Amino acid sequence: MSLWSIAWKSLKQRWLASSLTGFSVALGIALMVLVLIINGVFTRMFSQNSVGYDLVIGPKGSEWQLVLNTIFRVDRALNDMPWRYYEQLKEDPDFREVIPFAVADVTSEGQFPIVATIPRFFSVPYAYNRSFGIPDDGESTFLRGTWDAVVGSEVARKNGWKVGSTFQLLHSGTGEDAHIHDEKFTVVGVLAPTGTANDRTAFIHIDGFFLLDEHGGTVDSNVEREMLWFQESKEQIEQRYSEVIPKMRAEEERKARAEAEGRHYHSHLAPSVLTKRISAALVVMRGSPDRPNMDEINRSTQAAAKAAELRETFAAQGVQPFGVMYEIQDKLIGNVNLALLVLTVVIVIVSGIGIFVSIYNSMSDRRRQIAILRALGAPRSSVFLVILFESLILCVGGCLVGLLIGHGLVFIASPILEARSGFLVDPFSFERAELYLIPALAVMATLVGFLPGMTAYRTDVAQSLSE
Amino acid sequence: MSLLLENVRKSYREPGGRQLPVLNIDRFSIEPAEQVVLIGQSGGGKTTLLNVIAGITSVDAGRILVDGVDVARLNEVRRDRFRAERIGIVFQTFNLLPAFTALENVLLGMTFSGRVDRGYARELLDRVGLSHRLNHRPPQMSVGEQQRVAVARALANRPRLMLADEPTANVDTGNQQMILDLLRQACREHEVSLLLVTHSTEVSGQFDRVETLSRFNKPGVTE
Repeated sequence: MSLWSIAWKSLKQRWLASSLTGFSVALGIALMVLVLIINGVFTRMFSQNSVGYDLVIGPKGSEWQLVLNTIFRVDRALNDMPWRYYEQLKEDPDFREVIPFAVADVTSEGQFPIVATIPRFFSVPYAYNRSFGIPDDGESTFLRGTWDAVVGSEVARKNGWKVGSTFQLLHSGTGEDAHIHDEKFTVVGVLAPTGTANDRTAFIHIDGFFLLDEHGGTVDSNVEREMLWFQESKEQIEQRYSEVIPKMRAEEERKARAEAEGRHYHSHLAPSVLTKRISAALVVMRGSPDRPNMDEINRSTQAAAKAAELRETFAAQGVQPFGVMYEIQDKLIGNVNLALLVLTVVIVIVSGIGIFVSIYNSMSDRRRQIAILRALGAPRSSVFLVILFESLILCVGGCLVGLLIGHGLVFIASPILEARSGFLVDPFSFERAELYLIPALAVMATLVGFLPGMTAYRTDVAQSLSE
Repeated sequence: MSLLLENVRKSYREPGGRQLPVLNIDRFSIEPAEQVVLIGQSGGGKTTLLNVIAGITSVDAGRILVDGVDVARLNEVRRDRFRAERIGIVFQTFNLLPAFTALENVLLGMTFSGRVDRGYARELLDRVGLSHRLNHRPPQMSVGEQQRVAVARALANRPRLMLADEPTANVDTGNQQMILDLLRQACREHEVSLLLVTHSTEVSGQFDRVETLSRFNKPGVTE
């Protein structure tokens, strides 16, 4: 009979106290697992290497909102950016890639965010050294047609979509004017899992997006936007779009009449540069092709300079995503996670103290048992080890149960978290830091079991047997 | 000789700091396979004597030869090992561990000698008539059954010397003789020397050699 089984039997004898103290450790560890996994998810999500774009250019406003909306798709888009501005950006010699990006509407099924973009989006690495694996043949054939769509792995899995599936868009989310667009998009590709927001995004061709009813806006709103972005007068704008504006006004009148008569009116006016608007443009800087080793640094420096330049404009801003992400990680998530981590460490330590109290209190009742073991020939070291093993079983056993509970909670909570916040959490997530939990708990068990173990070690056999 | 005590001295320090002599034995011995009963007044040092023979309590002076080994000269770790290998102990209050089954309690008697033999443990329990109670824990057994388990446990390490401290005192009259017979027969079969402490004249009357502690222990006498 091993000392382990003697320790196990002793714990079983006090099963209620043992299971409660072990469970308190398990709860502490489960909380710690949750914090570690959430911390890991956010750290990876907001790490500098998680985004492949050097700059996100969009309307002035919150930098956080711009990045959260374009990169993570968890916040509303800022105001719109005119297509004409995007065309100007394309001509900038400092830019290697400029990808138009419109985040609006959701899929009618599953409510996944819709991103309207161009095929080139899939040829640019979405994160450091990570690309969609779409061959870059100059002009990608992915998302070729106007009504083509490419969906992320989670969208395909949850909605059961595959190549050939069709879907519609829910306009304006769940607001009062929410309605489903008549047009149908066809899935032409499903992305491999990336572990990013792309997994839960449905990408549609930007041409199709512009063709959707009500995506053109009114004449006045479009003119006002152009006035703001280009600091031109109303007359200048109207002059520039002199061919389009009369047609748009006529269309607006037809629609107003139809609505007054209670009829649904579907506009068939072709989109123009004036009516096209996007949320942002994703930019990869030119860098220094002659110094490839310095490319990352050069691009970052160029992006910072461009962001400073854009700060002087009236309507646009350029944001370096990693800067914002570092800020979010450092100021918000890091502190919250640190606080949670400290809290869970305290919980585990309190559990350890609980184990100490439980074992230590039992020592007075167990003096006789220890004396019997000694009378049967057990050396002092053996009775010391029996007590230490009890502490180890409670701590390490509690730790293992805690790991199971923690991962069970992650498994259950990941789809809920994804649905509520849009953050992707792998239900089978495992953090490297968890590997240290069991050794750490073993050390704690040794510390916790030492004093009761010494009490057992010092037990006076003759006296305890005579009591 | 199975047991030989020579010039054994043992005293305790009282709360006031004064030394209280308990054992002062010039010579006491037991032959191999001999069965001896020890009687004496309460507080006369009987249990202390058993404890020093078993190496549970160290002596101030003297030799305690058990199976040729001087227990008094062994360090504590070796004494523990020697006790586990050569000495069997039956207590008045059985001292079984309540969380362990009958079989496990017997196995526990083998654990610290390093000779765990599950088959032999079963055989011992069978011999004390408890083959049907192997997986019962002490609280699920009668007092008589518990003491029989204690006897089996004491025999588990194939001892050379059996020490029994009033083994029948807590057992009902019906079981007293059965326990005594069991203990004596087992010791006879295994050629184990037996030193049994008792207050009962019914018990002592059955032994050929009856020793009164006060006859050879003179704690008040100093040289």
